[in-house]
Amino acid sequence: MERIGKLPKLYLAIVFIILYAPIFYLIFYSFNSGGGMSDFESFTWEHYAAVFEDKRLIVIVLNTIIIALLSALLSTTIGVIGALAINFMRNKKMRNAVLSLNNILIVSPDVIIGASFLILFTMIGVKLGFASVLISHIAFSIPIVVIMVLPKLSEMNPTLIDAARDLGATRKDVMTRVILPFIQPGIFAGFFLALTYSLDDFAVTFFVTGNGFSTLSVEIYSMARTGISLTINALSGIIFIVTVALVIGYYALNRKMKAPLAGVKK
Amino acid sequence: MTRDLNLMERLPMKNNRLRSIYSVPYAAWILLFVLAPIALIVYYSFFDLTGNFTLSNYRNFFTSVYLQLTTSSFWYAFLITLFSLLIAYPTAYFITKTKHKQLWLLLIIIPSWINLLLKTYAFIGLMGLYGPLNALLEVVGIGKQQILFTDFSFVFVSVYIFIPFMILPIFNALDKLNPALIDASRDLGANSWTTFKRVVWPLTINGVKSGIQVVFIPALSLFMITRLIAGNKVITLGTAIEQQFLVTQNWGMGSTIAVFLILFMFIIMLFTTGKERGATGNGKNR
Repeated sequence: MERIGKLPKLYLAIVFIILYAPIFYLIFYSFNSGGGMSDFESFTWEHYAAVFEDKRLIVIVLNTIIIALLSALLSTTIGVIGALAINFMRNKKMRNAVLSLNNILIVSPDVIIGASFLILFTMIGVKLGFASVLISHIAFSIPIVVIMVLPKLSEMNPTLIDAARDLGATRKDVMTRVILPFIQPGIFAGFFLALTYSLDDFAVTFFVTGNGFSTLSVEIYSMARTGISLTINALSGIIFIVTVALVIGYYALNRKMKAPLAGVKK
Repeated sequence: MTRDLNLMERLPMKNNRLRSIYSVPYAAWILLFVLAPIALIVYYSFFDLTGNFTLSNYRNFFTSVYLQLTTSSFWYAFLITLFSLLIAYPTAYFITKTKHKQLWLLLIIIPSWINLLLKTYAFIGLMGLYGPLNALLEVVGIGKQQILFTDFSFVFVSVYIFIPFMILPIFNALDKLNPALIDASRDLGANSWTTFKRVVWPLTINGVKSGIQVVFIPALSLFMITRLIAGNKVITLGTAIEQQFLVTQNWGMGSTIAVFLILFMFIIMLFTTGKERGATGNGKNR
């Protein structure tokens, strides 16, 4: 392979600097004892302390985590069922149709998902708040779980099932001891993606959250609209560390389990 | 595909009814959260503020106000996609040439996992009147400029947000490219530019297409960045929908705009979905 020259190296360096500059800029000023993001006065932990002292913020963080874990768990369950159903579909046309339906929510812009879910919840009478946010997060995470699990299912050698049956396994055994262990990396990848979708979602939550309930993204939005607050910076410092740890952990596990590469998410 | 069919036939689930009971939750999800929402959007687009059946929302959409909004939204989405592509393609290309390309790719991906709101918030500080960008301009001698709340800041921040989503499919396409083809092209006397134009670009066009798809559609529907960075100066289709639903509470008009956004989405997907579906495995984009 040809090595890259100086100019390409410089180009890549600039791209990487621009990509990371805003993030480190945020974290840098989270240690500023001054009030804003321009003049660095002196080093302080006070904004981090402020994050942990703010009861409201802590509740919001907990809400966000609970929603993420619950929605990831439930969407993974339903997504795996969906992937199994699609995989075992006899009719090829039907199969493709269901797959297209599955992918609609993946390509739909958030505004559309948010607006249409808002109409749906108002119509069937779900109160806007915890329940509506949780249901929305489950709903928009299901298709990605299906997408993560399906390739694993088609990778599976059907003779495995034959062998299990010949050896006297029951239907339930085949499912729990052959199929599920085999597709486990896909399930894991799906769960992880669902988790991060939920943690990061802003637009859909913004539509269906109503008053009184808030997730971190929505809270940061309303804080940012009123101007700069270094509490947000401190929060972003914490989130950055957690995110990097999660990504590294995920890739490490991924390598071990050879799950499908999950790719970019937002 | 045939292997799947075999698998299906051999699966010891003689009882079809039991099998369909298992898939009820998934089927219910499709019905409730995929089909019903679209139907509801279309249904609501035929009602006015007082709840009467009307076509006036559609008539309104074709007035100059909304047509202008649609064209400007497309223009901004076009600019955002174009700049993303111009920056992403060389980046992806150079990364495939590096020694530890998977590591570099991971480094490109990590910022995309950071909460979108936080990245946007960072630019409020960076581009502010007393922020580092203006300090730099002053050092260079240009002097303080209003950077925040301009078209420039909007396009810049959007490109920043979308860049990883553009890089990934292009990287995958370039990575799959057989290097022997480039050697062959060079051996046959083509210069670098001809090689790129005739060999590399056509073979990676599907990656480019899926990159365009994952950038252009969300760019049409941005609404958070328009509020925080463009200061309501830029109105996209997404902003208009949010405005109608959450501020003016005119769900009918909001739904009408949403119907058109869905239509645009399908048209764009028609143009950008390559025959080979391999390059689209880049996860979800929002």
